[in-house]
Amino acid sequence: MIWNKEIEMMPREKLEALQLERLRETVRRVYENVPMYKKRFDEAGLGPDSIKTLDDLQKFPFTLKTDLRDNYPFGIFAVPMKDIVRLHASSGTTGKSTVVGYTKNDIDAWSELMARTLTAAGTSNGDVVHNAYGYGLFTGGLGVHYGAERVGASVIPISGGNTKRQITIMKDFGSTILACTPSYALYLAEVAEEVGLKNGDLKLKAGVFGAEPWTNSMRKDIEERLHILAIDIYGLSEVIGPGVAYECPEKDGLHVGEDHFIVEVIDPETGKRLPPGEKGELVFTTITKEAIPVIRYRTRDISAINFEQCACGRTIARMDRVTGRTDDMLIIRGVNVFPSQIESVLMEIDGTEPHYQLIVDRIGQLDMLEVQVEVGEKFFSDEVRLLEAFENKIKGEIESALNISVDVKLVEPKTIQRSEGKAKRVIDRRSLS
Amino acid sequence: MKATQLSVFLENKEGRLADVTKILAENDINIRALFIADTSDFGILRMIVDKPKKAVDILKENQFTVNETDVVAVELLDKPGSLAKVLGVLNDNSLNIEYLYCFLDTERNAAVDVMRIEDIGRAIDILQGAGVKLLSGADLHEL
Repeated sequence: MIWNKEIEMMPREKLEALQLERLRETVRRVYENVPMYKKRFDEAGLGPDSIKTLDDLQKFPFTLKTDLRDNYPFGIFAVPMKDIVRLHASSGTTGKSTVVGYTKNDIDAWSELMARTLTAAGTSNGDVVHNAYGYGLFTGGLGVHYGAERVGASVIPISGGNTKRQITIMKDFGSTILACTPSYALYLAEVAEEVGLKNGDLKLKAGVFGAEPWTNSMRKDIEERLHILAIDIYGLSEVIGPGVAYECPEKDGLHVGEDHFIVEVIDPETGKRLPPGEKGELVFTTITKEAIPVIRYRTRDISAINFEQCACGRTIARMDRVTGRTDDMLIIRGVNVFPSQIESVLMEIDGTEPHYQLIVDRIGQLDMLEVQVEVGEKFFSDEVRLLEAFENKIKGEIESALNISVDVKLVEPKTIQRSEGKAKRVIDRRSLS
Repeated sequence: MKATQLSVFLENKEGRLADVTKILAENDINIRALFIADTSDFGILRMIVDKPKKAVDILKENQFTVNETDVVAVELLDKPGSLAKVLGVLNDNSLNIEYLYCFLDTERNAAVDVMRIEDIGRAIDILQGAGVKLLSGADLHEL
């Protein structure tokens, strides 16, 4: 099913004309309203009229996550606060989060994108959407919520956690569409089996899963165990949130909302744009957003793009499933985690640079993060309770910084692998191939 | 009258205790008493050895986390009620014991109790005042 045939199936020529018009407007708007962009464009010899064709976008400098952080909280907003109707934030590396704002029109565009996403998965106004994405500063919960309301479906704003209750509600309320992270979908399936749910007890027919990397084998597993169609969705708060791109039942790439974004793939080393089909770093330029337009935002996500028409009839570009990242960011249970965040927590506790290692694993269906910390003489005590208190202190501080639960394990000095004098900080045992 | 105990951090994994004892053996260090406190992840090895300074240096060279802890060692008659009397004295004076372990000196028909007490200075004064026989570090290491 297609929510907006006019846009999603628009002839490319017409679509590109629309993009050009909107890009020119966006460039003018950020030049006039965001000092950071004005300065950068001036330095690069570019101005509000430098966009003559879509290819001219390649001349423009990139925007990085650090730009959002450096301008914390509202420094790159392009509209006054009176026009902002919503704020979201994602976790940052140094305690400062990345804040994004939305105008009324931005929320409207986002709802439209999520309506397209949910419709592609088969959602219509007769459906019951079980939304187990987290509600709050994270964009997942409210993003899906507004999209489902736009479609006219009945939304259950259940958010995350309390899995047994989720299953009872899915069963009793007759949920037909599931929205959550793929690992949580598998966990739900596991618990449903444990509580003795039978095939047919649930009315689920499809799910929209995203916010963390997953594979086709996980998809197969989810589809077989929950008897549903599992659809991959993509988004990031810096661009708008979930709904940036979504699969259709063809499962042959994720359709990008090209009337709102221009997508490019670049070589992460040289910054040069790569031709369709070649893998590189995804870069998005927003062309309708009012609150925080971003020009050539580097996502660090690795993918490739394809401009050919899909068998479903959509003409908008498709991106490959994201297979990795160009930096050391880990995505654990949908939460972005940088090793440097953990390092800064440990440094505050100990006062010196500690030796630590992160072990990421998927136990059952859930991502687990174990933080191994070497016990130095400085905090070694011969009393078990003091060491345990120390362990709990580290755990508590990391958890409050990252918002996910972690296991902390004290290990002997020098037991953490070192390669060429540099400690190997992350061991990711999740197999995603 | 304080005595020195070595405390060593051990991960709960195969062979670590064997490694410590092997290193000490190779350096001609005799273990007088040994006790392990453990959790599911790690253990703390507590030892009385005959040459504590040398043992600390060698363990550190071998990259173990080790520290020296002051403990009180009392020598008691190996008969019912001896320990109860000592603990009664400590309790009457509101002195808390963090941990305690004992070993026997069969030649002298004595029991030796090693105690880690928070306020060790006051504990020593009170025990001496109550006529409890304390062992010095030298006594303990030479046993």
